[in-house]
Formats: sequence, C-alpha cells, structure tokens
Amino acid sequence: MASHYEAPIRRPLVVGDKGYHDVTVDIAAPVEGKANKHWWIVFSIALVAFLWGVGCIIYTISTGIGTWGLNKTVNWAWDITNFVWWVGIGHAGTLISAVLLLFRQKWRMAINRSAEAMTIFSVVQAGLFPIIHMGRPWLAYWVLPIPNQFGSLWVNFNSPLLWDVFAISTYLSVSLVFWWTGLLPDFAMIRDRAVLPFQKKIYSLLSFGWSGRAKDWQRFEEVSLVLAGLATPLVLSVHTIVSFDFATSVIPGWHTTIFPPYFVAGAIFSGFAMVNTLLIIMRKVCSLEAYITVQHIELMNIVIMITGSIVGCAYITELFVAWYSGVEYEQYAFLNRATGPYWWAYWAMMTCNVFSPQFMWFKKLRTSIMFSFFISIVVNIGMWFERFVIIVTSLHRDYLPSSWTMFSPTFVDIGIFIGTIGFFFVLFLLYSRTFPVIAQAEVKSILKSSGERYKKLRDAGKPLYTIEKQKPIAKEDLITDDVLMGEVVPTVGDKVGVNELLGTLGTFDATKETPDDLKKIKGVGPKMEETLNEIGIYTYVQVGRMTSKEYDLLDSLTGAFPGRAQRDDWAGQAKLLNAKK
Amino acid sequence: MSANKVIHAYYTDDDVLMLAVKKVKAAKHHIEEVYCPFPVHGLDKAMGLAPTRIAITAFLYGCVGLTVAIVMMNYIMIEDWPQDIGGKPSFSYLENMPAFVPIMFELTVFFAAHLMVITFYLRSRLWPFKEAENPDVRTTDDHFVMEIEVHGNEQELQDLLADTGAVEINISEKNSH
Repeated sequence: MASHYEAPIRRPLVVGDKGYHDVTVDIAAPVEGKANKHWWIVFSIALVAFLWGVGCIIYTISTGIGTWGLNKTVNWAWDITNFVWWVGIGHAGTLISAVLLLFRQKWRMAINRSAEAMTIFSVVQAGLFPIIHMGRPWLAYWVLPIPNQFGSLWVNFNSPLLWDVFAISTYLSVSLVFWWTGLLPDFAMIRDRAVLPFQKKIYSLLSFGWSGRAKDWQRFEEVSLVLAGLATPLVLSVHTIVSFDFATSVIPGWHTTIFPPYFVAGAIFSGFAMVNTLLIIMRKVCSLEAYITVQHIELMNIVIMITGSIVGCAYITELFVAWYSGVEYEQYAFLNRATGPYWWAYWAMMTCNVFSPQFMWFKKLRTSIMFSFFISIVVNIGMWFERFVIIVTSLHRDYLPSSWTMFSPTFVDIGIFIGTIGFFFVLFLLYSRTFPVIAQAEVKSILKSSGERYKKLRDAGKPLYTIEKQKPIAKEDLITDDVLMGEVVPTVGDKVGVNELLGTLGTFDATKETPDDLKKIKGVGPKMEETLNEIGIYTYVQVGRMTSKEYDLLDSLTGAFPGRAQRDDWAGQAKLLNAKK
Repeated sequence: MSANKVIHAYYTDDDVLMLAVKKVKAAKHHIEEVYCPFPVHGLDKAMGLAPTRIAITAFLYGCVGLTVAIVMMNYIMIEDWPQDIGGKPSFSYLENMPAFVPIMFELTVFFAAHLMVITFYLRSRLWPFKEAENPDVRTTDDHFVMEIEVHGNEQELQDLLADTGAVEINISEKNSH
C-alpha cells in the first residue's frame, strides 16, 4: 500500500529479516528469559548503593540537616544540585515520546519506552531531595494548598518553589499516565504469550484487559497524540520553572533571564546523554541491536551535539551579559567562577559540556558505540558540575567577605547522592526484566515502511504482501476457492502444467541460446527470476509470448503475487527489452 | 444482546486485512469488530467507525482545569488572605495574574491529561482486573481477526472471507458482554 512508502534513501530502523512475529519474540525474550549473572551483579551493586542511601537519609532525618556539609554561606549545595540534575535527566523521556511524536520521527519508537521509564525513575529521585531537605518529611503535604488548622493560612503561590511542586508533580503523573497507556498493548502481548498462570495473572492485571479492538486503537492513537501535545509544553515548563527557583532570586549568578531556555536545553542535553548510557548497555544485554541500531545512537548523538552547543552559547551569553550589565557583583560572580577557588569545577563543566559534544561533528565518532558511551558519561558528569557551579560558586562568596567560605560534602551528602543513583538503577534493572522495553506495537506499525525486510522487498520490486487464497481451516466444509474453478490446478513441479505453459511459450535450449536477465523486467525480482528459471523460462522471447492465459497459468504455478505479471505487463516489457538487446 | 453466532476471519497482514475490510464492506456486511496487534491506519475509516471525540473531551477538561486554577488562585491569594509580598500587595486578581500563570498552566495540563485518559479507559473498558476479550491470543502478536455476526448466511460469508485471503475462518457462539 502506498501508505507504507518510505524514501529508499532512509536507512532501515529495524535491521535484519524481521516480520511481525519476530518483533514479538525479540521483545518478549528479556521478560520471558532468566536474568544472567551480569544482571545479578549489577543489581546487587545498585541495591547496596540504594541501601547505603536509605541509611544516610534515615541519619539525616533523625539527626537533622546539620549532617550535611551546608554552612551559613553555602545554604544550598548537593541536595539542590542533585535535584536539578535528576530533573534534567528526566527531560529526555518526554521529549523523545512527545516532541518526536509530534514531529513524526519514527526512530523514537525503539527508544521511547525506556526513555520514559528513565524519566519517571529519575523524577522520583529528584523528588526525594526537596522532601528530605524539608527536615520533617512527614509534613511534606504542607506544600499543598489544603485547608489547615492555622486559620486561613495558605501556601504562597507567588513563590517559584511552590510552582515547582505543581510542575514536578504534574510532570511525574502525566508522564506516568502517558507511559502506562502506551504499555497496555505491550503488556497484553506478554499476557497472551504467558505460559505460567502467575505471569498470566500479573500481566492481565497490568494490561487492564486490553483487547486491541479497532475502536480502542483509534482512541489510543488520538489519546497518544493529545498527550504528546500536552506533554510538549509541559516538559518545557518544568525546567523553566526549576530555573525560576534561581532566576527570580537576587543572588548574582542566579538572577539571569537566560535561565529558562538555557536550563531546558541543558536538561535535554543531559537527558539524551543518560538515554545513550542506558540504551547502549541495554541493547547489548537484551539483544536488541536490531531495534536500537547504530543509527538511533547516531541520531541521539546529534541531539546531544546540538543541545550541547546551545548550552555553550548560553555559558558565553552569561559571561557577556555579566560584563555588559556593568553590575560589579554580577561581574565578580562570573570572574570568580572561572578563576576563583572553584575554577576546576567551572572548567570541568566547560570541557564536558561545551567541548566534548563537538566531537559528534565527525561521523566516525558519532557512529562509534564505545565513543558514544564514553561521551554520554562525560556529559552526565559535566551536567552535574554545571548545577554545582551555578549553585555553590554563586553562594560561597557572598556580599560579606568575612563570611566567604568553601563547601565540602560530608559522607551523608555523598551517600544520599550515591543512594539515588543506586535506587535509579534498581528501578531500571527491574524494569528491564519485567516490562516490554520497546514499544512493540508501535514498532510493528512502522515495520513495513522502515523495516529492512520490507525495504528490501520494495527495492527488489516485489509486493509487500500476497493474498494466498488457500482453503482456510474451518469448522464447516467450505467450497473450493480454486482460481480455475473445478479445473486441475497445476503447481510447481507439476509436469502437466509446466508442459502446457512451455508449449505456448517455447522451450529454452541451453546449448544454442543464452539466458536473459529477467530481473530487468519491472516486477521480477531475484526470487521470481529463480522461479521462472525453474519452470523453464529464461529469455525475453519466452516472456514476450505471454498472454492472460499464460499469466493465469503462471500464477497458479508460482502461487504468489496473483495478477502481478498482468498488471506490470511483463510481455510488453520483455518485447521492448528484446528489441533493445 | 443475546448469544450470537459469529464468524472470525484471521489475517496475518495489515494490507490484506484492509483490502478484506473494504471487500466485506462493499458486499454490505456489517463488521462487528476487528482485533489488531497494532494500530492499522485507515482501518477505522474503512470499517465505518465514527471519529473519536476524545480530543474534544480533553479540551473541555483543560477548560475545567484552567477554571479551577483561576478560582483557586483568586480565593487563596486575593480574597481569603491578601498579603503584601515584597511591596507588591495582592488585592487585584488581574494585577497579580502573571505570578499565577505557571499554576494555571500546570493545572490545565493536569486536568486535561488525567481526565482524558480516565475517559479513554472507561469508554474502552480498560481497568485493573478487567478480563481481556480478544478472541485469540495471537491477536496481540501477529494476527488480525475480523468478527462478523452470522445471520443465517454462513456459507456466503465463508466464501467471501476465503476469497479475501483469510488464513483461518472459525465460526463460534459469542456470548455478548
């Protein structure tokens, strides 16, 4: 069908000879199989890190924020750095599934599921920090506008910190709903393949009884589109509002109007880096190289390169505006960042975020899996330093030189950060063993346009499907649906049919004649040529003698592509080719 | 509906299915349902399904969210306890509105997204512990099943469906939900 057409210049998004059933098998495999040793080792490490983090959180809450390295000058440090870092990482998932859906980028389909999982898991990590920092997390509900025992005392809706509460909780819950809705058909696939009753029960529960009716799919697609339309401004708003936490303050180095777009670009930058980190490992461990191809990694690298360059421009703009503003406090904040005692953090940020993505201009580097993995780690480190630089270097030398100080994290600061990394990987590793990690229903819907099997068929001039009118298995007897109605139908290897056909077309004598290249006839591919040769048709002359009677005979002999020869007028083409010979 | 006899025609290709749907519609048969493993574009139109109105509900839910945000901000920040924050007194909703834009936006999205998805789940009968109703487990893998009700025209339907390239045709009693 014409709707499956895709320009031949586009590289296949699903490589290998994959049909619909192969997609099912490949994506169900990690869920149905057993975890290997590497999975258990990594999971154990992540679990230990997570438990260490839990210990540090318990220590913080039971003893107080004094266990952290904060002091009277640097009153925000690792907690908010980690918070912004995790929220930033959480941006890629929605960006991939929503923005790339609106732009109809088919390559999103192999990676959106995992990217969204990463989003949800990292926003969970991010959310932990403000709650811990409250000191009394059991009173966290005080940030909600609920009537309370203090008279008509409400939360302050003029504060960006409260906007953040609304932005992040909306983002988390909408992402979760978006993710789950997309998961329903894929859970249903695993449910319908499950053999063990327990698995069947669990996946029935998770799939909400998805049955795949035409009306369900119609609604599903509309809901996905509208959710993408809603999530796109939402994802941009979240990091904009996170940046307001700083931009609306009066601290030199924070009070910057460029923050919203700069933070959003930085968030996408770090998010794609984390997607690359995770998927480069996952495609290997779960044997999904056919779906998450080098092309996917290359495209993500290009996004990293572009957003990294935007971030670089923002860094330079900040410096320029600090100089141009003529405000000496602002100027000092930036001079101090680059040359003060935290110069190493600033230059680590510059190297990792501005310099390293520029390697992606080279095709050889951005298509190298090892190099992409390396850069993705570098970018993750760089983006952590960006937040550290913005937060700590702006605070540590304030208006009173007598209170100038440095920040050094305690083991609790470090422990909580490591703990969230552990928690994140615990969630992601569990996800990779129990969830369909690729949106298989969506991948199937693009298989005919972008799968290698179908691309090859199209290139060879073969149809993507055949209508095989075989006698279907039915409870009641059916009448025969033979093409020739009642006549004996010849098949390949049937001497009578072949002789009848060759009788009218003439036989090929290998001693006197040379075979023609039948593939030059439009509609004849290598496979069809082979079949024709098998029957005994080798030359243009033979094909040129074909009429509708011979076409019908040929159709019944080959059993494939009914009506194809007549539609493409093989005889007419063969006559022309013969004349040109 | 009472227990009915239905015919299930199995297909293994979306293009074959589409052609079959068109043929069956051309033969003036009512297609009860088509179960697909993935969305087939144009199938709803070919089957004669009405367009979905779920996007309209999302818009309406968004309007509700925006209204809730405006009423809430006005009550909490302007009417119930007006404060003078940083020399900017909040005695007028309009003058203070810019500070409420983020909340107005977030609540619009929150209401639109969640209520639309809840509507979708309810209308398509999707919720935890709901039993799946696809007639064959292969319909979530690589098979498409067209379901047509039989009204004493079994033979005719079978001939027609066999002609459309169905790989399997079953007739069964269907207990309606």
